Amino acid sequence: MDWLLNFPQLDAGFLLNTKRFIDGSLKALTRGYGQSIEEFFYPLLQVLTFFEQVMIRAPWPLVIIAFAAIAWYAARRWTEVAAVVLTLVLIGLMGLWKETMMTISLVLSATIFSIAVGIPLGIVMNRYKRVGAAMKGVLDVMQTMPPFVYLIPVVMLLGIGRVPGFIAVVVYAVPPIIRLTDLGIRLVDKEVLEAADAFGCSRSQKLWKVQMPLAIPTVMAGINQTIMMALGMVVIASMIGVQGLGLSVLQAINNQYFTQGIFSGFAIVGIAIIFDRISQAYGRRLQQHRGTTHE
Amino acid sequence: MSKSETSIEIRNLYKIFGPDPKAWVDPVRRGMSKEELGNSHGHILGLNDINISMPAGKIQVIMGLSGSGKSTLIRHINRLIEPTAGSIVIDGRNILEMSEDELREFRRRGTAMVFQKFALLPHRTVMDNVTFGLEVRGIDKAKSREGAMRWIERVGLKGFETRYPSELSGGMQQRVGLARALNNDTSILLMDEAYSALDPLIRTDMQTMLLDLQKELGKTIVFITHDLDEALRLGDNVVILRDGSIVQQGDSQEILLRPADDYIQRFVKDVNRGRYIKIDRIMEPLNGTEAGSLPRLALGTPLEIAVKELSDTSSSAAVVTGAGGRPVGIVSQRSIMAAL
Repeated sequence: MDWLLNFPQLDAGFLLNTKRFIDGSLKALTRGYGQSIEEFFYPLLQVLTFFEQVMIRAPWPLVIIAFAAIAWYAARRWTEVAAVVLTLVLIGLMGLWKETMMTISLVLSATIFSIAVGIPLGIVMNRYKRVGAAMKGVLDVMQTMPPFVYLIPVVMLLGIGRVPGFIAVVVYAVPPIIRLTDLGIRLVDKEVLEAADAFGCSRSQKLWKVQMPLAIPTVMAGINQTIMMALGMVVIASMIGVQGLGLSVLQAINNQYFTQGIFSGFAIVGIAIIFDRISQAYGRRLQQHRGTTHE
Repeated sequence: MSKSETSIEIRNLYKIFGPDPKAWVDPVRRGMSKEELGNSHGHILGLNDINISMPAGKIQVIMGLSGSGKSTLIRHINRLIEPTAGSIVIDGRNILEMSEDELREFRRRGTAMVFQKFALLPHRTVMDNVTFGLEVRGIDKAKSREGAMRWIERVGLKGFETRYPSELSGGMQQRVGLARALNNDTSILLMDEAYSALDPLIRTDMQTMLLDLQKELGKTIVFITHDLDEALRLGDNVVILRDGSIVQQGDSQEILLRPADDYIQRFVKDVNRGRYIKIDRIMEPLNGTEAGSLPRLALGTPLEIAVKELSDTSSSAAVVTGAGGRPVGIVSQRSIMAAL
């Protein structure tokens, strides 16, 4: 009855050899091309470092004013602005200003990059059904894979630091914006599309004059999710040398510093609230004339 | 603006929906019914051997209940739907043979369409909706604004240029839809149940506006409706569709006086015949009748007016007069009553 209780797995030696072969090739790849890969990503590193330095070195009142201005532009309501300012002030008082700026800088750059990559991919996914179906499979895998697993190949190829952290965050955060761009385009009213055809729109006119403007509220929801996922990943990415609030949490775990962990955790929640409020309010304002015909 | 000289010739048009429509054209031509095609072969017969000559500069109404294929038919004219077989010749060109680029040009310059559910662009103001067609053609917005403003005023929306569609009522939205179509200055105007979603009173207003506009513009208009009153009021020529086939075509007089079958008879029953039938259709030759003392009615007078005239003067017949007041025939109270 032994064969019933133990699953008939592949030969142990074969499995071992397979793993060794894959790991070996990856290592060889790293050894052979590690230098050039790093050089390839060097400009990215410079951009990330520059962005982080700007955020850290900027005088704190200026940063608060900038965020307040963005909140006002997005929401046009004083309550939103007040919430943003209050959150930032509290974070500063807790002594987490520098870490918070590092985290915001990484999250923002990862989000901007995700939008730049994700929206075109979403459009491609919508236009070419075959490619779209394949992409959907890849996105499903990306979203269900435990995020720690992403860290392994990234670390092997690029070591630890900002660039691998950035890549891991982008990979984790990009799926929602792709999916929701595709969804937003698909949700555009059939009648409106027919009108666009009847007036002789070319494909690109239809996309840029009709589909994308009407998809924007949905795309904004995708951007919101992308930001939230990037924030979540920042903590995990601290394990591969990303500095900021994530690192602070990691230290707290390693050393059982309860209060430090809680404070850093709340700071992350605070940033999440700021980003969420701003992007949601902006999305709502865009929705005004684009949603259903009768509000 | 000169009258449209564009006529539309639809010849032997078939539309079959399903996985392999082409294969079923021949069986349908040989007389396979819609039911047999649907039940035994899983294809839907959308349009069955449609032949219509739509004259230039007139309003052609296509009437039918839902599912009769009328919306499918109008979408063939600008090829939003591809036919399975047949031809549609506009200005000497078979539009079914156009390449993708030619078709786009034809849609931009040859036709404009008004939709049942308005289909306005919700993220654009009234002005930007009206200039949309010209913008698609690549005409600078600043240039097209002036013309657009004229149409916005003409449809009675002056002062609403900067509003968004969601801020307007249904009737106003459809005015925007009409202005958007007119601003393209095309010779063909396609109106797909354009007024069906509107309240009865607003619908009558919009019909009046269309008739007024048509007097100036003389476009070739294809108007789809499920409402016989609307069809008779607007149509210079009416086609009645049922289950994808034409049941009858002709002007309103013919349809009212000689309904082709029971189906149309049922429609016609509830219509106010006196308003649409004209005395021309029932007048008899003069045959030397002494006309001096009888009241006079001009050609084109609807029966309901004629009846009123006769009872006011309490005579049993009237002389019909043509151009210059020349007597051309005679109508009797009896023949009017028979027609009603």
